[in-house]
Amino acid sequence: MTMSATPPPEIIAQTENTMVLSMGPQHPSTHGVLQIVLEIDSENVVKADPEIGYLHTGIEKSAEGLFWTQAQTVIERMDYLAPSSNALCYALAVEKLLGITDGIPERAQTIRVLIGELTRIASHCVWLGTHGIDLGAISIFFYCFDLRENILDLQEAVGGARMHPNYVRVGGLNGDLPEGYLARLDALIEKIPGRMRELRGLLQANPIFQDRTIDIGMLTPEEALQWSVTGPSLRASGVAYDVRKAFPYCGYQTYDFEIPTRPEGDAYARFLVRLDEMDQSIRLIEQARRRLDKPGPVMIDDPKVALPPKETIALSMEALIHHFKLISEGFRVPPGDVYQSVESPRGELGYYVVSNGENKPYRIRTRPPSMYNLQALKGIAPGNLIADLVVMIGSLDPVFGEVDR
Amino acid sequence: MTVSPGHFMLARLDDVARWAQSSSVWPLTMGLACCAIEMMSVTSSEYDIARLGSEVFRSSPRQADLMIVSGRVAQKMGPVIKRLYDQMADPKWVISMGACASSGGIFDNYAIIQGVDTIIPVDVYVPGCPPTPDGLLYAVNLIQQQIREGGRGGILARA
Repeated sequence: MTMSATPPPEIIAQTENTMVLSMGPQHPSTHGVLQIVLEIDSENVVKADPEIGYLHTGIEKSAEGLFWTQAQTVIERMDYLAPSSNALCYALAVEKLLGITDGIPERAQTIRVLIGELTRIASHCVWLGTHGIDLGAISIFFYCFDLRENILDLQEAVGGARMHPNYVRVGGLNGDLPEGYLARLDALIEKIPGRMRELRGLLQANPIFQDRTIDIGMLTPEEALQWSVTGPSLRASGVAYDVRKAFPYCGYQTYDFEIPTRPEGDAYARFLVRLDEMDQSIRLIEQARRRLDKPGPVMIDDPKVALPPKETIALSMEALIHHFKLISEGFRVPPGDVYQSVESPRGELGYYVVSNGENKPYRIRTRPPSMYNLQALKGIAPGNLIADLVVMIGSLDPVFGEVDR
Repeated sequence: MTVSPGHFMLARLDDVARWAQSSSVWPLTMGLACCAIEMMSVTSSEYDIARLGSEVFRSSPRQADLMIVSGRVAQKMGPVIKRLYDQMADPKWVISMGACASSGGIFDNYAIIQGVDTIIPVDVYVPGCPPTPDGLLYAVNLIQQQIREGGRGGILARA
């Protein structure tokens, strides 16, 4: 990211009929620290210029100073609504560079799919809850966060932390599922469909919600592609592009699921697509659950990447040395560069990882879906009311940890 | 002690004011990063910050008593936070939520202010990355305790 190479922003200035309004960076409906400089003619938006960078964290730079495994901790904090998707994408990229993609055990792949889809539901829950609040529908927030809380409990069980479990690792997973996890997962799987019916019942046929979202923030398929929009926002414009189908990873090609699309391209279509996507995620979770009865390893059998089992360290000299080397200086990755993308809840999340053969990444470049989705705001905002701007931001579902990095 | 009609209680005005003040600490709606999601969880039915009288998140700093700095503070956001703090009416309190707001956390780099207490005074620090909602509830409890004991920011005790 070179700051100086960006073209000068469109000039937002007061004219005879218009005034300039700054929305954000502290605003309840900008979903974080987004500032939008608006040129308005009474209530109508003439120009909108999103001003980002209020959460610039230097994550990519920080990662360059950490071992390959350590870098994952900062990377998880990029898209904080879907930390496991970030971790998964990064792990897949590093595995590709190491050339161990085929060696990842079957069970680890299945659990990765499971965790990824649970994350998707949890992330869409936050989106739906906050989108509802923006439009004055408060109660849906409580339903959404109740469901999210159940998923966070499962995340806490595997990783010890509610939001950043750091469970997906290069080479597999950080340990097998804990005892009793599958029983809790079964209980959740049983609970989710009823919850989804409630969520749909609260908003889908609500006339106020429909009035506020139908024909708002129209994105035609051509525009969406020109703005590089991906994820549910693109699929709501009728383009059935999903990384899980187009470039399958973690064995997604062996699962039976559909890509929900809508032709309308408005905020209501994006709402429906995300709800349908949650239903598809439940299907995927059920299928993954059925494959998990069979026990197996969850970490690659490669002492150069994976830590040796704790009980072997006292018995085997080699295991002790490998353990010491991996902890004190990490593993080295052969020189090269690689791009890997996954379907995060917001769209195509990609990591371009460069190695120069050291035990630390040389460069990590992210393709954050939120940022590309958010830039479409500039195209769809003019001509609409200020109040509708809130709907548009909400329907694009940006996460600023990811936009600003 | 039972108070029935016709009876009365004696108290110092200051104590009554502090009691009332501590039971309605209204936070500012200001989410920064990961911790903001946990700050939202605190208002959900599972944790229910309304039990402490703090569920009224105000979007205008002029109506808020408590600023929860929920997340990493970027260099670009620092002046904004300072300005929001200055816009809040006295008495006011600040919770620094999470490792990043308290000390920079794992982001020891050019982009992050190493602790929000370098720009505004902080009353309570909450550890964690992000802290659990219980941690934030406890911090609000501590703020209430501070108010009742007449610490910095009390209605009659302006430091």
